[in-house]
Parts: sequence; C-alpha cells; structure tokens
Amino acid sequence: MLVTGVARQLGGRFVRRIQRDPQVDRVVAVDAVRPEHHLGGADFIEADIRQPTIARVLAETGADTVVHLDVTATALGRGSRTTVKETNVIGTMQLLGACQKSPNVKRLVVKSSTNVYGSAPRDPAVFTETTPPKSLPSGGFAKDAVEVEGYVRGFARRRPDVAVCVLRFANILGPTAETPLAAYFSLPVLPTVLGYDPRLQFVHEDDVIEVLRIASHEPRRGTLNSGTFNIAGDGALLLSQCSRRLGRPTVPLLLPAVTWAGSLVRTLGMTDFSPEQIRLLTHGRVVSTDQMRETLGFTPRYTTAETFADFARSHGPGLLPPEAVAGAVDRIAALSLPGGAHPPVNLPTQSAN
Amino acid sequence: MADAKVIPFDDDRSRGSAVARPPRRRGAVSRRRNGEPAPVRGIGEAGEVGEVQPLPTRTAGQDDVPVTGEERLDKDAGGLERRIAGGLSFLRRRLTGDYEVDDFGYDEELTDQVLMSLLRPLYEKYFRVEVKGVENIPAEGGALIVANHSGTLPLDGLMMQVAVHDHHPAGRHLRLLAADLVFVLPVVNELARKLGHTLACAEDAERLLGQGELVGVMPEGFKGIGKPFSERYKLQRFGRGGFVSTALRQGAPIVPCSIVGAEEIYPMIGNAKTLARVLGFPYFPLTPTFPWLGPLGGIPLPTKWTIQFGEPIPTDGYPPEAAEDPMLMFNLTDQVREQIQHTLYKLLVQRRSVFF
Repeated sequence: MLVTGVARQLGGRFVRRIQRDPQVDRVVAVDAVRPEHHLGGADFIEADIRQPTIARVLAETGADTVVHLDVTATALGRGSRTTVKETNVIGTMQLLGACQKSPNVKRLVVKSSTNVYGSAPRDPAVFTETTPPKSLPSGGFAKDAVEVEGYVRGFARRRPDVAVCVLRFANILGPTAETPLAAYFSLPVLPTVLGYDPRLQFVHEDDVIEVLRIASHEPRRGTLNSGTFNIAGDGALLLSQCSRRLGRPTVPLLLPAVTWAGSLVRTLGMTDFSPEQIRLLTHGRVVSTDQMRETLGFTPRYTTAETFADFARSHGPGLLPPEAVAGAVDRIAALSLPGGAHPPVNLPTQSAN
Repeated sequence: MADAKVIPFDDDRSRGSAVARPPRRRGAVSRRRNGEPAPVRGIGEAGEVGEVQPLPTRTAGQDDVPVTGEERLDKDAGGLERRIAGGLSFLRRRLTGDYEVDDFGYDEELTDQVLMSLLRPLYEKYFRVEVKGVENIPAEGGALIVANHSGTLPLDGLMMQVAVHDHHPAGRHLRLLAADLVFVLPVVNELARKLGHTLACAEDAERLLGQGELVGVMPEGFKGIGKPFSERYKLQRFGRGGFVSTALRQGAPIVPCSIVGAEEIYPMIGNAKTLARVLGFPYFPLTPTFPWLGPLGGIPLPTKWTIQFGEPIPTDGYPPEAAEDPMLMFNLTDQVREQIQHTLYKLLVQRRSVFF
C-alpha cells in the first residue's frame, strides 16, 4: 500500500492505523518532507509527488493500493498557496500517470472535499453526490478539488480494472486536525457575514481514518467501496450555534468588508481565509450521506455536534465560555425569582447550580 | 371583488366545519430575548390563567406553601414565576447554543417560541385570519399544500404557516418552499431558513416530503405575487407543474389551499420595471402609498383574510412512471389550479367586505 501526504497529522495517523490491519503487508509512506511524527514502522520514502520519481517509487514498491491524501487546503509549514496548488493538481496528475503505468495497482482512494459543490444561495439545501454545482468554485482549494476529481474520473475511465474511490469529506475537525475551518474557529473573535447564518457540517478525524480504512480494503459483503461518497457527520450546526458552543464572540461584518479583510489576512499570510471559505461562511453547505451509509456501509461514530464538542473540548473555551454565560443566566434567575423560596423543580435552570 | 363572475357550486361540504376554532394559546414561554419578562403580556396571561381555570392540582403540585388568604395572588405569582423561569431557561439554551437545527437549518424552538409569537399578532389581530378545512391536512406523513400567491410581499405564505401551526390538531409544521431571491438577501435568508423554509427546487421538496414533512408551495411564484391589482384573484400559470411530479414521485397527497384577503394588502397599481432591473428584483411595486409615503407605505392594508384548505388530491394511486408523464402532470396541475380558483370565487362571494 502506498500512502501520500504522510507528513500531515492525518496521513501519519492513517499510516499508523492501517499497519495494524492484517490484510496490509507493507505500507510505503510518501511525502516531500520528512514527517515530524513517527510512522509506526512504515517505510518512508522522501519523494515529491510533483516529480516523475513517484512513478519509479510506485514501480519499485509494486503497491496494489494507492491512498492519495495529499489533496489539502493549507500549506504544511511555510509553503505558499502556489505550492499547495501544484501539489494538489500536478501531484495528482503525476500520481495518476504513475498508477496508469503500474499493472499492480488495483485500488485507488482519493481524498477530496465537499468544497467541490461550492456554496451558493441558489443551491439546494442538501447536496447529493450527483448534484451539479450551481456556481463552480472560482479558485483556491475548491477549484483544486474539482480539478483533482476531474483527473481521477479520467483515470477511472482509462483503467476500468482499478477500483477508484473518491471520498468527499465535509470540514474535518478534531483535536489535531489542521484545516482552514479549524484555524478559523481558533480565532479569538469570529468574523461573520452580517445577515447570514450558514449551516455547517463536520466530520471527526477518527471517522476520517475509519472510512479511509474501509475504502482501502476489499469491500465488505453487501457493500461497494468504489465510486464517489460524501463523508460527513449527521446533522448540521449553524455558525451562530458553533460560536456560542465554543464561547467565542462573533463580529458580524458586511459582506464586502469580510471579503476585504479576507484578502488582507491572506496577503499578510496569517490564515488562508480564501474567497471560497467566505462563501462557505455566507451560505453554508450540507451534504447527504445516504450513499455513505447504504453503499459504502459506513456509519460515523461522531455526529456533527459531537465532532464540534470534541473540537471545542480540545481547544478550550474562548472569551465567553458557555458555562459562564449559563452561570450568568442562572444568577439572573436567582435574582428575579423572589427569594427563590419555591424553585420550580421541573426546570434545569436551578439544578445546574 | 364581489363583481367576479361566480358559478354556483353544489358541493359545499367544508362549510359545516367552517366554524373557526378559537386560536390555540401558545403556553409557557413567550418571547423574551433579553431576559426581561414581557410585562404586559406575561401578567395578563398569568392573570387570565389564574381566573379562568384555577386548577387545584397544579397549585398543589407546584408550591408547597400552605394556602393562605392571598391564594389568588400567590397563584398569579407562581404562574409568572414559572414563566420567568421558563424564559430564562430558554434564554440560557439559546445563549449557550444548546439547541438543534435540522439539515435545512430549521430551528423549531426559535420558530415556536419567538418567530411565531411575532407573527401571531399580525395573524390574529391585524388580518383576523379565518381558517377553514384545516382537517383536510393529513395528520401525518408527507403532503404538499399548494396555494395561490399574492400581495406583493409574501405575507400569505407566513400567514399560512401560522394557520397550520396554530390550528392543526396534530401540531404540524409547514415547511415552505421559497424563491431563490429569499436566500440571496441578507437577514431574510437567515430568518427564512430558521422558519424552516427552503429553496423551491425538486431536490429539497422531495427530501422534505420523503421525511414525511408538510410542504407548502406557491407555484405561481413571482407571476402571482407581483401581478397588478386589476388581475386580483386570477390565478397565473402554475409554473411548469414541477410540484405535481414531485408529489407523484413521493406519493404525497396534494392539498389545494385558497387564500383570500392577501391580494388587497398592497394594491399594486404600477410596476417600476427599470428600477426593479437595477435592484435585481423581479418587480418593483407602486401602490397608492408606496413609495410615496416612505416607510408608511410599507404598512399593509388591514384586510380580512380567509384561508381554506381543500380536499386532498391523492397521488399514490399512480404507477411509478407517472411522474414522467407530461400529460398526466398537466392534467393534475390543471385540476389543482381549478380547484383553487373555484374555491377562491366561492370565498369571494361569501365575503362581506374586503376589510370585515
């Protein structure tokens, strides 16, 4: 098995986990930079997937399963957006070219993102795998993902003998996830778009590892693991709910101001607050996970709300911790109920004290 | 519009049941966002509860203080106190984000306790909506309510939502399908999503019906809502009949709904097309008061409304390929359209005046 993008936390965790599976003989981990975390005995090969060397690596190792995780929104370390885009698009092209040459490859798993649907007010509320996007992403990671999926489709056409699985992940969150949205939720004050409350959907990093495992093995009885699948936790959260649960105050800004601030932040190189990110935070996005449940046979352990709770726990409360707010309300309750002589027992207000 | 050409109708079965039920009082928590009890309403209702239905069991269970001569006062205070506590626990849930929304962004708690209370005065006091035939809405399972659309601003949809919410015995919630313009506008889109509305597209409608929700649609769209006053109560083309094929695919019954009164709230005597194009709106209404009186022109006329839900038209008897049959689709569309139009005429004849 060959895994790309292992220098990231997610790739590292996946490599460590997949080696424990009995079906896996050998894991070859590939990335352009040496990972800081250990890979649990996997063979690390320092190779840039943008270079043709990846074909040699694939030929020499004779891998039968390729898991392509090097499709990411953020740069590792201090890479620029150009590097990320090159790795995403050119890297995928090189890797697919190598796979096409290799007779051993039987299975290809590609990490994509629900960003490919874009985010527009004229879109249906819930995207299925077959919903065509109303407005194609104009740039940034979303466009990369669209292009990557295009190349993967071309590859699947040319090599029908290879089982190709494209996993469109919703926003990945978790204690160690390094995604743009995780960076956004770590800001002390969350800028939001005035007059919009987007619906967001998250998937926990544990579930990501699990579903990657399912996709990279032989399908279990009664399931099919080739095709395109949306991967997301159940339910949805509004951005306002997220900020309240996280205890981080929001600053509603007019849409042009947000766009301007986003480009300013991007120029300063603080976070990748890209236009597509702003669109997501304006109109939101929810995907249908029926295919994931019924065809792929995967049920996530964490719902969207649980994923977010886990993220909030690991990142600590913000300026307005929900407990403090709840305490303040309770104090008002204690004041306004005269004497508090006969507290209404059926309400949780008092019991929380 | 008493001068409408009216054809007499024999079947008048829903008239017997037309006695409007007393509007169900929404109990417990009224709107209190900032922690302050709404004094007038709160005390008024608490007093009302204390006077009209002194329930001995409730008082006994509620406070264990011995009943003194000030029993009445105590009871009032208890009710008020309970309301305050309820309001505070609501506030606490809201502020800590401890509430649920569905995939469409529908915030049931906010809708029930805040947004409906905001719309109810308009519904009960201003338009004095009379609801007929609410029993035609099935108590469970998916159903598609198809209504006429009028009034320049989509108040008729909101009033229909309140009508179903307050009068249906099973306490069903109506999920409206709204135009895409609603989801482009800031603030409006946020409120619409929280009220449970979603974009009028086949995907969303099918998903909601598949979940067994009650879906409301106004197939006339902008043609209906933005038609001149002279064409009032004349149904426009019903889109392309997409609502019928959606209902057929899900086997959901179609409930026709006729709304009388909404046409006259903003009599549209002109349409500033150039201005509308500049602003990106489908029409820009000119009424006798708007925009001449500025914000005052935005006040709707206090017309008297009637909302009648008609006999459901079943769609589950058709074979699965029926949804692909354009002929059947057009026939069903016409059937629904005619039923609504006839009911409209009938209601117009019965109406004494536009305002009473």
